[in-house]
Amino acid sequence: MKRFILIIPIIVFIIIIAVLSVMTLQTKEGRNPSIVPSALLGKEAPNIELPMLARNIPGGFKGSDLVGRVNIVNVFSSWCVPCLAEHPQISWLATNGFPIYAINHRDNVSDASNWLKKHGNPYVAVGFDPEGRASLEWGVGGVPETFIINASGIITYKHIGPITKEILKEKILPKLHEAKR
Amino acid sequence: MKIIFAALIMIFLSPSFFLYGDKLVFASTSNKTSISEEIENKERQISKLLRCVVCQNQSIYESNADIAYDMRLLVRERLLAGDNKDQVINYIVARYGDYILLKPPFQANTVLLWMAPPLMVLIALMIVILLIKNYQHKNIYQKTDKLLNPEDK
Amino acid sequence: MIPEIGLFVLFLALIIAAIQAVVPMVGAVRQDVYLMALGNRLAVIQFFLVTISFTSLIYAFVISDFSLLIVYNNSHSLKPLLYKISGVWGNHEGSMLLWVLILSMFGAALAIWGKNISPTLKARVLSVQSMIGVAFLAFILFTSNPFLRLNPVPSDGRGLNPVLQDPGLAFHPPLLYLGYVGFSMAFSFAVAALIEGKIDDKWGRWVRPWALAAWVFLTAGIALGSWWAYYELGWGGWWFWDPVENASFIPWLLGTALLHSSVVVEKREGFKNWTVLLAILTFSMSLLGTFLVRSGILTSVHTFATDPERGLFILLILFVTIGGALGLFAIRAPIIKNNFKFAPVSRESALLYNNLFLTIGCAIVLLGTLYPLFLEFASNGESKVSIGPPYFNITFLPIMIPLVAAIAVGPMLSWKRGVIGELYVKLLFAAGSCLITIFIVLILVPEGPILAACSMGLAAWIAAGCLIEWASRIRLFNSKSITNTGRLIKSSKSANGMTLAHLGIAILIVGITGASAWQKEITTSMAIGETIKVNNYSLTLKKVQIGKGPNYNLERGTFSLIKSNNSSIIMHPERRYFPVARQATTEAAIKTTLLADFYLVIGESRDTIDNKNEWTVRFYINPMMFWLWLGVATMVLGGLLSLSDRRRGISIPVRKKA
Repeated sequence: MKRFILIIPIIVFIIIIAVLSVMTLQTKEGRNPSIVPSALLGKEAPNIELPMLARNIPGGFKGSDLVGRVNIVNVFSSWCVPCLAEHPQISWLATNGFPIYAINHRDNVSDASNWLKKHGNPYVAVGFDPEGRASLEWGVGGVPETFIINASGIITYKHIGPITKEILKEKILPKLHEAKR
Repeated sequence: MKIIFAALIMIFLSPSFFLYGDKLVFASTSNKTSISEEIENKERQISKLLRCVVCQNQSIYESNADIAYDMRLLVRERLLAGDNKDQVINYIVARYGDYILLKPPFQANTVLLWMAPPLMVLIALMIVILLIKNYQHKNIYQKTDKLLNPEDK
Repeated sequence: MIPEIGLFVLFLALIIAAIQAVVPMVGAVRQDVYLMALGNRLAVIQFFLVTISFTSLIYAFVISDFSLLIVYNNSHSLKPLLYKISGVWGNHEGSMLLWVLILSMFGAALAIWGKNISPTLKARVLSVQSMIGVAFLAFILFTSNPFLRLNPVPSDGRGLNPVLQDPGLAFHPPLLYLGYVGFSMAFSFAVAALIEGKIDDKWGRWVRPWALAAWVFLTAGIALGSWWAYYELGWGGWWFWDPVENASFIPWLLGTALLHSSVVVEKREGFKNWTVLLAILTFSMSLLGTFLVRSGILTSVHTFATDPERGLFILLILFVTIGGALGLFAIRAPIIKNNFKFAPVSRESALLYNNLFLTIGCAIVLLGTLYPLFLEFASNGESKVSIGPPYFNITFLPIMIPLVAAIAVGPMLSWKRGVIGELYVKLLFAAGSCLITIFIVLILVPEGPILAACSMGLAAWIAAGCLIEWASRIRLFNSKSITNTGRLIKSSKSANGMTLAHLGIAILIVGITGASAWQKEITTSMAIGETIKVNNYSLTLKKVQIGKGPNYNLERGTFSLIKSNNSSIIMHPERRYFPVARQATTEAAIKTTLLADFYLVIGESRDTIDNKNEWTVRFYINPMMFWLWLGVATMVLGGLLSLSDRRRGISIPVRKKA
């Protein structure tokens, strides 16, 4: 009994070290401690009304518009640098037959319109969210974020951060196909 | 601060500013408006319980990030809509998950977290009783006991 | 050239440390006086070499040698000298070098001043201390070389994070490290004793000053960090239960337990295994703290630019040193016998109680800090929780109440068996002052909360208990009636230090209670000439000036704060903008009085609809803040007083360092 008590410290210690090592290794391989799984996964897309950005940009949508096919919702801002970095991937998705809706997060009309004019507008519709109020309904933490919504309007996947080419291939496309099934 | 400034501009630009009038303005102007101290205290109380999701371990009350500011506004909006504290918190948890709660709820994945402290106290008390029994000398109250040399004390 | 010298002597230091890790130990085994004495010299040489290396790094920062990567990344030619120097430890590489410097300094201090320690034990301690040194020197040289050159040489540096450019934060890390690393001495003593298989009262007497010195530094370091957070972050708060704060608080709790349990070893040769275990755990928690800050596996406001690779290396060090020590403990502890008895009411029981509660408190903080990681691990990343101040307030604080309440009783008890009858009279007096205090507080602050009044009563109970104990100790000494009471503690510096530190806790409680229960806050925007009212005070914004500091631009507000009785003070909060870092900081204006801090922060200005300029203003009234800092300062003074006790063999090094 006494022997056993004396071994407890080292056992607890080894467990702690083991867990910390695994977590450190995961961090090394790209785990980001501040990324959290969305609470909205498996739930219906929020049905908040997003107004149109400008008259010459197709826009204005709400959650209930996102049924009938697999849709992507991308949160972006003109002031967000990573959004520009993922823009080619977003455009690629659009030209390859995936409808993408946009939530224009905490932006203003002229900046956002110019940004779309300059870099191309791949979006089916752009919803304007200048105060980030609608983004709160979508559980958005920051830009960019990307949601995949299946044909019944259920959110099946959320990606936080820019979509790189690798992420597009390894995560987004498989998840899109999964959503189609 | 810059962020708040930017947020302010956006609010003034946005239609809702005119819709809500002076009620939905920047949190700081509240004492000049009709918002009661009660709402403001509740807002502060709730804000301290919610984590700023993009920040590193700050509550939305302490953080200067956009999202924290937006969430404080949301808290106020819900309070003004008549929600009580729990309803406001549930509203936000439904959108951001339990992760947003700085005080995790008691549920399957936090059983250990909440049960460990009282259990530890119980175990400790048992250890105390056992040890003291163990160490107790039967004749310790006999006056013949040699007292320790005062120099050692 | 100088950086290369710095790197070279660091290599030399590693070699010396490796020799020191082996030779004195061999000497102790063979009872070879010469080899054991060699350990002393090696320890001093090692310290000397690391000092040269550290000095050369400071030199590179002072002359702004941007050919060094570390200087380029963390300094700027326009920075004031103080922050050029503090930039040395404002980053990972430099702070690790400081860590090793302090480690070798403690080794050298023992070698020079620890003359009364038995030579074999001392040789073993130096050996163990140097093993840690080898690990960390290797860590620096192989993963975190501070002397990396940059080619081509940039014309200017990237500057230090402006939030860190602050006198409080300049001295916070060195103090904290003196505390963290100071516990390495207790660790080395514990491991050496396990190897030797002998723990007696002398061991307790030898290890205590080192633990006490580390505790004093750690207390001061934590307090300085907290003070910095208070005035710099601009939220009127001073403790946020952030993982990095917890990482320093966990060793503090264990270190405090160690201080108390080592007394039992010293006076009664009891709790030996437990004290050894505490010594090992305290240092392992210091190491764990170092790991958590640098690995990037937890999110925290304070993390350095993190690197999992380095995290793994620190984990390896942790595994070898602490795992080795705990393994040794499991094997060797059975041969160390406790052979003492005590009554349920006795000083020993009180110290046992103290240790259990401190350990539980520490376990809770550790659990709350690591739980998110364990959950993420167990659920494979699917489930995450946040554990913030509300959790710790609910779980940790209730555990601390019975602990601090016992402060009044513990020192009154005599060793072996306490005399209960006499205790009643004294405690009745303490209970009386507690009730009176609660009553007075309820009259003065009728709006409550009642818990705050009770908490003030608790402080009074502790303070009264300490003072009664002290008074009776002094009187006893004069009348020389030692035997008829069983109260045997001579009034010594060491005992007075204890009383002072305990009084510090009482004062601290007053501060914590006032600042958290009665804080008043108002956030508003003000135009020039505008006045707001808070309680009996009216605050007026007089003017806002724009100016320039050494490496920043500033906006400086002038406010007048007028109390109802018309005494007025002027306050100048500032907002600073650092162009190099493109970052703004707030400098709160804090007016400290005995009863409350007035804490004022000015934010960004904006134009209102009617074209008036308005500034965001946050104003806090933090009651009793002064007592919070005074309490910690009293605790530190108590520790220093106890350290200066001449009867303790090794009191000199601390004074030399300070």
